[in-house]
Amino acid sequence: MKVKVIVTLKNGVLDPQGKAIQQTLNGMTFENVSEVRQGKFFDIKVNESDENKAKSQVEEMCKKLLANLVIEDYKIL
Amino acid sequence: MKSSVIIFPGSNCDRDMDVALKKFGFKNQMVWHHDSEIPKSDLIVLPGGFSYGDYLRCGSIASKSRIIKSVIDFANSGGLVLGICNGFQILTETGLLPGILQQNKYLNFICKNVFVKIKNKENKYFKNIKKEVLELHIAHNEGNFFCSNDELKSIEDNRQIAVTYCDDKGNDSEHNNPNGAIKNIAGIFNKDKNILGMMPHPERMIDPFLSGEDGSLFFENLIGSM
Repeated sequence: MKVKVIVTLKNGVLDPQGKAIQQTLNGMTFENVSEVRQGKFFDIKVNESDENKAKSQVEEMCKKLLANLVIEDYKIL
Repeated sequence: MKSSVIIFPGSNCDRDMDVALKKFGFKNQMVWHHDSEIPKSDLIVLPGGFSYGDYLRCGSIASKSRIIKSVIDFANSGGLVLGICNGFQILTETGLLPGILQQNKYLNFICKNVFVKIKNKENKYFKNIKKEVLELHIAHNEGNFFCSNDELKSIEDNRQIAVTYCDDKGNDSEHNNPNGAIKNIAGIFNKDKNILGMMPHPERMIDPFLSGEDGSLFFENLIGSM
């Protein structure tokens, strides 16, 4: 089965790329954009039919590799 | 003294480090990341570069490579482990050093000489260096050291800050911070001070004709204090 994961920076962690994107959007026609936070998206195919097992494996992957918990949060969709 | 430099796919300061270590008397050997054992060493160096293309996060893939288990075992048994630039990033990703190196605050790749202030000399890396301020070279896109407030307090309480960015007089105010790093941190130790990670490259400052000599002070002290 496929498991989708989103990794984002924790609140309060500086995101200079998000800030640059926001400023660019403001300079286009989107003056009302007040914040952009950039993140990562993973589409993971696990050879496992049990959804709970697959998700708990992906959770372990998030903790060990996909996210750095010093600055990032992860969400399994 | 024996040293080992680990080569990852994308390392590019490994040979500079090899030249520097040999120049100051180390018997150095190069070790491939896919090996599982490190030859008997007094010092292990994780060099600068772009291991695994900086994919996912800088140093994250290298921190799971086969050789790393031996590096962690060596470090945990008190062995000296030095990580420069990408090596520093790898050390934070393994958890041997706290915090993380984020993208530079102003999104630019910085390649220039900087001054760093030595904050703690009670360790083998800086013990007998007479100077308080060293001129070294940095070249990085992700050198913006970050950690939580609790971690920062622990780092400060345990005197783990090794070097901070400063001016030529040793003034390490925010004005002299090239990349946004918390407290101008350019390098940190683990609690026991046997592991050092830093963004500046001492191996690029070992030749008075080409660059400078403050890197020489670093390596001379290191081999002298072992």
